[in-house]
Amino acid sequence: MIPGEFEYHAPSSVQDAVALLAKHRDEAKILAGGQSLIPAMRFRLAAPEILIDLNGIGGLDQLEEQGSELCIGAMTRESALEESDLVQKRYPLLADAAAVIADPVVRNMATVGGNVAHADPANDHPAVMLAYGATVYAEGPKGKRSIAIDDFFLDLFENALEIDEILTELRIPAPTKGSGGAYMKLERKVGDYAISGVAVQLVMDGSTCKDVRIGLTNVSPAPMRAKNAEQELIGKAVDAAAIAAAAKAAAGECDPSADLRGGVDYKRDMTRVLTERALVRAVERSKE
Amino acid sequence: MSRHQVSITINGKAYTREVDARTLLVHFIREEVGLTGTHIGCDTTSCGACTVLLDGKSVKSCTVFAVTANGKELLTVEGLAQGKELHPIQEGFWEKHGLQCGYCTPGMMISAKHLLDRNANPTEAQIREGLSGNLCRCTGYNNIVEAVQYAAEKMRSDSGAE
Repeated sequence: MIPGEFEYHAPSSVQDAVALLAKHRDEAKILAGGQSLIPAMRFRLAAPEILIDLNGIGGLDQLEEQGSELCIGAMTRESALEESDLVQKRYPLLADAAAVIADPVVRNMATVGGNVAHADPANDHPAVMLAYGATVYAEGPKGKRSIAIDDFFLDLFENALEIDEILTELRIPAPTKGSGGAYMKLERKVGDYAISGVAVQLVMDGSTCKDVRIGLTNVSPAPMRAKNAEQELIGKAVDAAAIAAAAKAAAGECDPSADLRGGVDYKRDMTRVLTERALVRAVERSKE
Repeated sequence: MSRHQVSITINGKAYTREVDARTLLVHFIREEVGLTGTHIGCDTTSCGACTVLLDGKSVKSCTVFAVTANGKELLTVEGLAQGKELHPIQEGFWEKHGLQCGYCTPGMMISAKHLLDRNANPTEAQIREGLSGNLCRCTGYNNIVEAVQYAAEKMRSDSGAE
């Protein structure tokens, strides 16, 4: 299968890419790692007239802590997260997710920025970034601005970027005392989308949950937080009963649709199970 | 539509061709250059038969545009052997019967190369994980794993002998 015809641009700076986007607007599409876009183009589900390729732009793949944040350049490959000692040691939720996105070959091209900007609830990073309370940085003709992750996902494949803006960076808070996180994903086979996935990031004070954010993968029309589940935990002692109550709340508030991966009841129950397991692991890790 | 002059070094030799922007890297390799060892299996980014090394990293060449690979270096299955001497990975697939129909083999061997370049002594679990983006429809996975173990051992003893 061969994609439809398009006009190709390979700008060498973000400014040039933004200028092209501002000129061509909704006729143009950004090409990052291409691991979602190119398959969609081969199936002719997407047929952009103009592609703006970010692969030739240097400096968009930084992965380092600055102050109290981890800065992740939009073109950081998923495999770079797996190979990063910093991520493996200090960002277990991110490390968990990076190891289960698509397959190892796809992860060498796929980018973190692309995964988030695609705003697909079936992708793994939206739930992860919601759990971390990440900040999205975008660049447009008027300069750079930040968008809170809670305001970023509007609907299926719809994000808060303006038509002439490019996602350039994500920042997540560095770990603090008592913080822990985990990602649990159930998939039929390597490379498939999740049946369900649960991302947890929390802060513990002894046995009390000071703060928690939970993101869900592929069980809702748009990437979502399990806010009812979070409320079952915040300010409370995290024991088996509280974890079970939170997991039940997550199962209740998610909104999956039946497909070849299973029916609605099954997906809700798997969301319950994964929420429970992710919370247990995140609490364990908060003690490390 | 736009056409572009694309230069890609494949197995150490530079190739320059003028192609449509929509030309996939696998079609550049097979049809423009004529190296047909790289296979097209599923065309849906699932099977990994088209896996090549792009600047040293394994990628599915059906899911990269040739224009994106402009100026970069590729290794395909044809680049593994040194003259008539098989690469240890190829030797492993030969000795351990790591193929039945052989369709997935070029991609399997390139993914094995990516893995062994980074981990000279992988566990069986690490080999299975490293090859999990490549599918074998003959389901001959056990022998493929043994082939990679054979290659890892050979490569370690070869490098130790130098």
